[in-house]
Amino acid sequence: MTQPSLKPAADAPIDDIDDIDDTEDAMVVELPAPEKLGAVEPKPDPTRVTPLEAREHHVFRSRRSGVPRMREYLPELWGRREFVLELARCTLRAQNYLNAFGQLWLVLNPLLLGCVYFTLVDIINDSAHAQNYFTMLLGGLFLYNYFSGIVSQSTGSIIGSSRLVLNSRLPRLVLPITQVGIAFMRFLPSMIVFLAAHTIQGVPWGLSAFYAIPALLEMTLFAAGLGFIFATLQVYFRDIANILPYMTRIWLFLSPVLFQLAPEIAKPGLKSRVIELNPLSPIIGSWGNALVYNTPPPVSWLLEGAAWSIVAFVAGVLIFTRREREFSVRL
Amino acid sequence: MGRPAAAAAADPDYAHAISVRDVYINYRSVIDPRTNTLRHSLARMGRSTRTARVIEAVKGMSFDVDHGTVLGIIGANGAGKSTIMKAIAGILPPTTGEIVVNGRISTLLALGVGFNGHLSGRENVILGSLAAGLTRRQVNERFEEIAAWAELGEFIDMPMKAYSSGMYGRLAFAVSTHLDPDVLLVDEALSTGDAHFRRKSYEKMQELVGQARTIVIVSHGIGAIKEMCDDCIWIDKGKIVRRGSPAEIAAEYLEFQGVPQSEKIDEAAEGSDDLADDFAMDEV
Repeated sequence: MTQPSLKPAADAPIDDIDDIDDTEDAMVVELPAPEKLGAVEPKPDPTRVTPLEAREHHVFRSRRSGVPRMREYLPELWGRREFVLELARCTLRAQNYLNAFGQLWLVLNPLLLGCVYFTLVDIINDSAHAQNYFTMLLGGLFLYNYFSGIVSQSTGSIIGSSRLVLNSRLPRLVLPITQVGIAFMRFLPSMIVFLAAHTIQGVPWGLSAFYAIPALLEMTLFAAGLGFIFATLQVYFRDIANILPYMTRIWLFLSPVLFQLAPEIAKPGLKSRVIELNPLSPIIGSWGNALVYNTPPPVSWLLEGAAWSIVAFVAGVLIFTRREREFSVRL
Repeated sequence: MGRPAAAAAADPDYAHAISVRDVYINYRSVIDPRTNTLRHSLARMGRSTRTARVIEAVKGMSFDVDHGTVLGIIGANGAGKSTIMKAIAGILPPTTGEIVVNGRISTLLALGVGFNGHLSGRENVILGSLAAGLTRRQVNERFEEIAAWAELGEFIDMPMKAYSSGMYGRLAFAVSTHLDPDVLLVDEALSTGDAHFRRKSYEKMQELVGQARTIVIVSHGIGAIKEMCDDCIWIDKGKIVRRGSPAEIAAEYLEFQGVPQSEKIDEAAEGSDDLADDFAMDEV
């Protein structure tokens, strides 16, 4: 088989071989005659040959060379957004594939979870709670569930996709980002349950509800950042996945899900200080204020939440991308 | 990307499709998996007991592949062929050294990467193509072509759990070869399937070769290497032993592997009339 020779070309892509200038820099493309095999005659297609200067250029260096160039990494990541969406949708579909209720579990799960916690608090408090307690509980609980879902799913995302990591050129950050997408797709049906409870209990709506949007955004960024960090840690210390459920359970009790934030941090004592320092407190507190108590959240809460979420997200991305090339070695 | 052509050509970084420069790749293999835990880390602190064994898979390889070449890589099991392929693909980072690749890379290192058994063939084609880097529009354009090549008929809409391994392989191969790459890396993916499938995949590879793309093939099928490749590298124990024309290198390699002379004469006499026999005969 004759080998095509490629010498440097003029700037224009090669549409017609006859158009090529016969100058010093001219490119001559001699394509091999098509090999005849059986009934198939492959057609040499000069228009599909990408000119030299337009080709992608990859340089692979040692894994100890730190964070990859964001200018290249981020566009590559953005280019995979359709894959992220498709993978998230397919994974969700596949998870409830064998269940009788199928996709209805996306609503049943949060509803049953709400009942579990309501029963728990009812028993502990001897049924002494506010009239709209169930709505308040569901609001905080579902947001917290969204957070813990992102973190726990992201933690296992690299280990669980070892085939993809070991055999394809994916920017690895795609994997935990897909888990964020899946958790969000699970969060939305739970909001249906919340809205139903909200309506049934007759909790009033107001303009403050719009503050829920920054709260949700902050929660997403914070959870994603933590998810990236834990996903990285899990590759090195497989125990993280075992410790995580206990951590998230305790974190739940220290967050304003089972109680209201403002009166709690007004109390003296160590526990109140810990609750105050909890990054999730301002975020869930703002969410609760917006959707349940119908009061605008204090600006300090929103700012604190924003600071935590931005720091966590940036740290998460840097830590993950710095280490991601080691994953294929460690899996 | 976007550099003026003359500058691009003059720059050694752009001159070749693939440039492997003094690459060393080491694997860490854990001696005892239980020592990966915190307790053992703490217990080991201060002591210099080794927990991992370093395996040198690639030891100082350097070679260049020109645009449009079809390079064959042969070698005994464990020589480092798949390791260097993964490094060229950008999946495995080199421990030291550098690899430069010009062009879009597509890999055929394992069939059905990104596939989910619960989903139908159609959904998996979309998922697998997106995983490999195509846009949704490109997937829609190519879907009919891929489905037709795979010859699955109505099975394309059934869950892939119901497929036989041959059907799975056909669909996975169809997806991987329709991705329009500039540089295609193939590792042993040609060796699955029945005779009809092998013929089809061989023809598909020839089509890609005819489009002047750079292809690197790792295979134990010496016949395939001789038929399809312009250039051949023989790797042993992480180093390049010889580089040259496929016919020469194949002959030396077979001798090295201890394939008896008589088989080689028979193979020469038969020629390449019967493709299936070619594959079967040279399976080392």
